[in-house]
Amino acid sequence: MSILDSKIPTGPIDKKWSTYKNNIRLVNPANKRSIDVIIVGTGLAGGAAAASLAELGYNVKAFCFQDSPRRAHSIAAQGGINAAKNYQGDGDSVFRLFYDTIKGGDYRSREGNVYRLAEVSASIIDQCVAQGVPFAREYGGLLDNRSFGGAQVSRTFYAKGQTGQQLLLGAYSAMSRQIGKGKIKMYNRHEMLDLVIVDGKARGIIARNLVTGNLERFSGHAVVIASGGYGNVFFLSTNAMGSNVTAAWRIHKKGAFFANPCYTQIHPTCIPVSGDHQSKLTLMSESLRNDGRIWVPKRKEDAEAIRQGKMKAIELTEDQRDYYLERRYPAFGNLVPRDVASRAAKERCDAGFGVNATGEAVYLDFATAIERYGREKALTSNVENASLETIIELGREVVKSKYGNLFQMYYKITDDDPYYTPMMIYPAVHYTMGGIWVDYNLMTTIKGCYATGEANFSDHGANRLGASALMQGLADGYFVLPYTIADYVADDIRTGKISTELPEFIATEQEVKERIERLMNIKGTKSVDHFHKRLGKIMWDKVGMARNAEGLRWAIDEIQKLRDEFYSDLRIPGQINEFNPEIDKANRVADFLELGELMALDALERNESCGGHFREEYQTEEGEAQRDDDQYAYVAAWEYTGKPSEAKLHKEELVFENIKLVQRSYK
Amino acid sequence: MKLTLKIWRQKGPNDKGQMVTYPIDNIDGDMSFLEMLDVLNEELIHKGDEPIAFDHDCREGICGMCSLYINGEAHGPDRAVTTCQLHMRKFKDGETIYIEPWRAKAFPVIKDLVVDRSAFDRIMAAGGFVSVNTSGNTVDANAVPIPKADADKAFEAATCIGCGACVASCVNASAMLFVSAKVSQLALLPQGKVEARDRVLNMVNMMDEEGFGNCTNTGACAVECPKEISLENIARMNREFLKASLSSEA
Repeated sequence: MSILDSKIPTGPIDKKWSTYKNNIRLVNPANKRSIDVIIVGTGLAGGAAAASLAELGYNVKAFCFQDSPRRAHSIAAQGGINAAKNYQGDGDSVFRLFYDTIKGGDYRSREGNVYRLAEVSASIIDQCVAQGVPFAREYGGLLDNRSFGGAQVSRTFYAKGQTGQQLLLGAYSAMSRQIGKGKIKMYNRHEMLDLVIVDGKARGIIARNLVTGNLERFSGHAVVIASGGYGNVFFLSTNAMGSNVTAAWRIHKKGAFFANPCYTQIHPTCIPVSGDHQSKLTLMSESLRNDGRIWVPKRKEDAEAIRQGKMKAIELTEDQRDYYLERRYPAFGNLVPRDVASRAAKERCDAGFGVNATGEAVYLDFATAIERYGREKALTSNVENASLETIIELGREVVKSKYGNLFQMYYKITDDDPYYTPMMIYPAVHYTMGGIWVDYNLMTTIKGCYATGEANFSDHGANRLGASALMQGLADGYFVLPYTIADYVADDIRTGKISTELPEFIATEQEVKERIERLMNIKGTKSVDHFHKRLGKIMWDKVGMARNAEGLRWAIDEIQKLRDEFYSDLRIPGQINEFNPEIDKANRVADFLELGELMALDALERNESCGGHFREEYQTEEGEAQRDDDQYAYVAAWEYTGKPSEAKLHKEELVFENIKLVQRSYK
Repeated sequence: MKLTLKIWRQKGPNDKGQMVTYPIDNIDGDMSFLEMLDVLNEELIHKGDEPIAFDHDCREGICGMCSLYINGEAHGPDRAVTTCQLHMRKFKDGETIYIEPWRAKAFPVIKDLVVDRSAFDRIMAAGGFVSVNTSGNTVDANAVPIPKADADKAFEAATCIGCGACVASCVNASAMLFVSAKVSQLALLPQGKVEARDRVLNMVNMMDEEGFGNCTNTGACAVECPKEISLENIARMNREFLKASLSSEA
């Protein structure tokens, strides 16, 4: 029997959440005023939670390492947010969104959590519109939708290519209102470096003020970790430069189990790497696959000629192109889920059909869409007998109105104009489905410590569908945590303020202080980035898109060696008590160097392929991921025991009562 | 590419600060401007010097964190991009590049090229929101149709990333473009109309309190804005402000 209790309410799946809400304890308004809640991170999950809890009357202390809560990396999400509104009347429903999400996650997520997510999704759209979020609309004034990978309905709401920005600014404005009222105390340029546990409960954090470099203590009756994912362990990813695992890793080392760390999402459509100087990778939204067709040359000679710059993409005729997603997956075509699309691109490039000088790129082509939209536009604007040139010109206008900012971004980065030549894209690390283990209440294995949004593991299984991250972040923050946290803090209405002079606070601050001093005192020869890049290379090569047992064992060994080198040869210039970004980075990379090892261990332990976790030893004859439901239909929750490679595995069996497990097929 | 960089160095808010010259070599045209600074910092760390502090995060032009004044222009010579999206191919081999922080009384320097923009957050807290609590029981999202033209205009205003380039570019260090973008977005939508009067008065008041200058219609802000926020928003805010100032309380 597992020691993990997911606390999923009993009863039929569509009644679980409402029954739960009817039975939890509430905290009356006067008592809420005596409860302090700490929230680390101000993205969609953290920002939404901070605003909602403050509206309810709790005293919120919110933290972000950026100079303003508005800059959290949720802001960079492009394509959209899913919701089971069925405004298009195309057969969508809560059950279908639930089903698509479980299937998309390759049957490795929890039914109860995912159903709840689908259930509250519609309220998110209502709430955001009420806040003044300017979603895209039709001419009739109603909301527009588009399609995303892994779904056969149009349930994605969007604001051009800036949906994340608009939703985050919505949450930020809701936060701003509470900051103005004094209900949220905002700590910008602060980074949580440890959790303080008093009598077995999370009661506070130690944070570093990134402007002064001083350590500061903060207390609360509950602590929420909404610090996002850990994709930056790969150094090159679509994450922001500052995105990090530190808050999550620190609570892990204090007793929170880390679940499914090997589940990493490699996004199929990113701008390819251009050189060694590269500091990050830029995503081109999945929404582009609504209209873009992915291909490589049919013949190797052509691919070779393109790589050498002797031939251009547009010189190849239709029958010289291999639209490999349409060929392999006729039912979903270019809109297969991300894991499938990424692997298919890697397969073609590994086989020698890649374009770009590096051979690691495929085409994303809009020519067909431009012509189709152009014809439509010519008809609706009464242009008679339009020439092909006019049609294409009109089509470009339509495409511009849909994806203008993405095309501009692509042009600025690559100096190639995608209105005239196909984009070149390649998969890149984008999102991490794994994260801190939480129960139905979103509470970790530490009492009073919660994890929400990308920081937790609960909703996306082994692969996240496009436009579902925004949905989960806001669902957790606006509609789940405000209920579940009440049930816990109801015990604390008479506790009173938690003193930061308690010995636990003093001791934890001392630990953090010594940790930073240790890093400063190495006085070696290599920069933090030097180690981060090397870690990233190990991770990408051996714990990336395709993994095998031998490579994973090698990676564990290499990461350990790299960590030893880090602690003997790191150089951090400057002082501790000042604005010193090198210290910020060193703290983060120190934690990535431990996390990387746990990811490899988790990947090694899971002898199957599922979603974003692809083990070369376990594939079907057609090269698709081969799950092993008898052995591995569980959540791997790791307990820290002093060394990442010696972490203890706890299994939470996944129970499927409403969905039948089948081989995932998008053919 | 070989370049000469002249960079503003300032230890802290009370330090006087000065321009320091750094030669740099082997710069590739495909590098972003910030990647070029990464290369310089790596060299400085290697030599035992302190790297240059600059703000940055998403490096895809959306978070609004990066903020350099390059050769006398906010976010440098290219149009409609942030510094992180500015690429070195926009510069010539042998060129001298001047790099400074945003300069405005309301944005004090923290260190080197890093400034404190929290004044923007305080303006937002004064009224940049719709007072609606989270409940899950607001009206259905499609209950109030919004003309597409209004929704599109609101969206365009809402794409402001709050980087502060408008303030840095303005001879008066005015924050009118930033403030008007939020006022416009919400004034154009039915959900925001209810509080429009108080919003514009409170936000403009706070803007003045924070020490931003007045608008004298030079239009530099809109030219340098990486998100091409239109001057129309300022005109709209002026109308909103006038309307609010002349009307009695509802």
